[in-house]
Amino acid sequence: MKILVAVKRVVDYNVKVRPKSDGTDVDIANAKMSINPFCEIAVEEAVRLKEKGIATEIVAVSLGAKQCQEQIRTAMALGADRGILVETDAELEPLAIAKCLNAIIAKESPELVIMGKQSIDGDNNQTGQMLGALSGMPQGTFASEVSFDDGKVNVIREVDGGLQTVSLNLPAIVTTDLRLNEPRYASLPNIMKAKRKPLDTMTPEELGVDVAPRVQTLKVEPPAERSAGIKVADVAELVDKLRNEAKVI
Amino acid sequence: MSILVIAEHDNASVKGATLNTIAAAKAIGGDIHVLVAGAACGAAAEAAAKADGVSKVIVADNAAYEHQLAENVAALIADLGKDYTHILGCSTSNGKNILPRAAALLDVQAISDIISVESADTFKRPVYAGNVIATVQSSDAIKVITVRGTAFDPVAAEGGSAAVESTDNAQNVGISAFVSEELAKSDRPELTAASIVISGGRGMQNGDNFEMLYKVADKLGAAVGASRAAVDAGFVPNDMQVGQTGKIVAPDLYVAVGISGAIQHLAGMKDSKVIVAINKDEEAPIFQVADYGLVADLFEAVPELDAAL
Repeated sequence: MKILVAVKRVVDYNVKVRPKSDGTDVDIANAKMSINPFCEIAVEEAVRLKEKGIATEIVAVSLGAKQCQEQIRTAMALGADRGILVETDAELEPLAIAKCLNAIIAKESPELVIMGKQSIDGDNNQTGQMLGALSGMPQGTFASEVSFDDGKVNVIREVDGGLQTVSLNLPAIVTTDLRLNEPRYASLPNIMKAKRKPLDTMTPEELGVDVAPRVQTLKVEPPAERSAGIKVADVAELVDKLRNEAKVI
Repeated sequence: MSILVIAEHDNASVKGATLNTIAAAKAIGGDIHVLVAGAACGAAAEAAAKADGVSKVIVADNAAYEHQLAENVAALIADLGKDYTHILGCSTSNGKNILPRAAALLDVQAISDIISVESADTFKRPVYAGNVIATVQSSDAIKVITVRGTAFDPVAAEGGSAAVESTDNAQNVGISAFVSEELAKSDRPELTAASIVISGGRGMQNGDNFEMLYKVADKLGAAVGASRAAVDAGFVPNDMQVGQTGKIVAPDLYVAVGISGAIQHLAGMKDSKVIVAINKDEEAPIFQVADYGLVADLFEAVPELDAAL
């Protein structure tokens, strides 16, 4: 089966992002950029399915500025066979991303789409679900286990309070949760090999997608600060404070 | 304005998060309807009708909605939602699963996880793991929104008397099926609903040591959570994870044990009323947000705490 994996270029998870002082945007100039951690899990899952003989081809797609090529190369170093970059300098919202991915699905006809449940910049947790709606595919979101059975994919989902298993007709969309797998590191020979793998570039216009934003960011600001309280000397003092000062126990 | 609130329920009763979402709907203002989509969900609908501020409850009672399959419920919401200016759901795993799908069916860019209502089209929401709060304005005709429950005080569960109306709108898309569910059985309260939460981090060293926290939790009537580090290390299951990628909690008392206080974790608990940190590293960032910090070895402090309660 052919698998499409979506990967997003985001500020590295170790970078603490702050708003610019004028509150117009976040200050991410010169910040280290990486593949979104949930997307990395998606790539790893696709590669494992290929190693098991279930997947035959893995296509990694990213959307955004030219530099997103780096994240596609990372996905190819991990095992994706080829890449597609939907190049645009516009800031893309989840709906616009889903529309572009849907146009690529129409060209590529994958049997499975794997993507992260959310990106750690916008924290929207929407794109996979939206792509499901647009493509008419079922969705297995927040996946912690994926297996195949009789032309269907079974997805164990992380839900509030436990796990839920759903059975989805193929083609289907899976969005990854943290415990689906632990991504490997790309080896140096594979990083070199990835440089020679094919990477196509297209634009949202070529895909016939209007990416004009629907939601405008008016302002960004730091969250309300919480100030440090006091240090207590021992457990007895802690219990006393909680009972008599904070009155919470 | 007319607002459709998607109830979070288990067919028998309405989950508390629904009341927080109705509160957000009241902040927007307008006529508030609640959709209860389920199977044999009459009791949940009756409960929703008693919530303060609701003028009508719409019940879609159909086997297709029994397990809240996103494909079916999103199709229903998109169909009913055309007549509303706002569609609001809870920022729960269920709401996050369904609402974006409904939004795309309506060709709407959804707004996730709002923490305040500035006006009918402008909202605040956290981005970058809560390090930045963005004020966003939607230009879509219908606003599809998920609401972070801890940011809105719930409306009263009793006192209202909304009309209950049923719909035979059956959307069975037929591309997905529920297989099974494995919900953690616990006598302890649910993490997001508990008034006291005690969480363990990497400092717990292994899953067995969480037993110490369970003992303290049972004395306090608390829920037990964990940091992402503890979950990643395999100490405890992911549904215990408190943080930006896990559960967002805001209890009266949050006790962080052996948790250093990564940004990711703070994003999930920093709105708690009182925070206690127990950590042997006095430089741990968790102390910067703690009301009461105890620099101590948790393997001594937690049994002592257990004994003192």
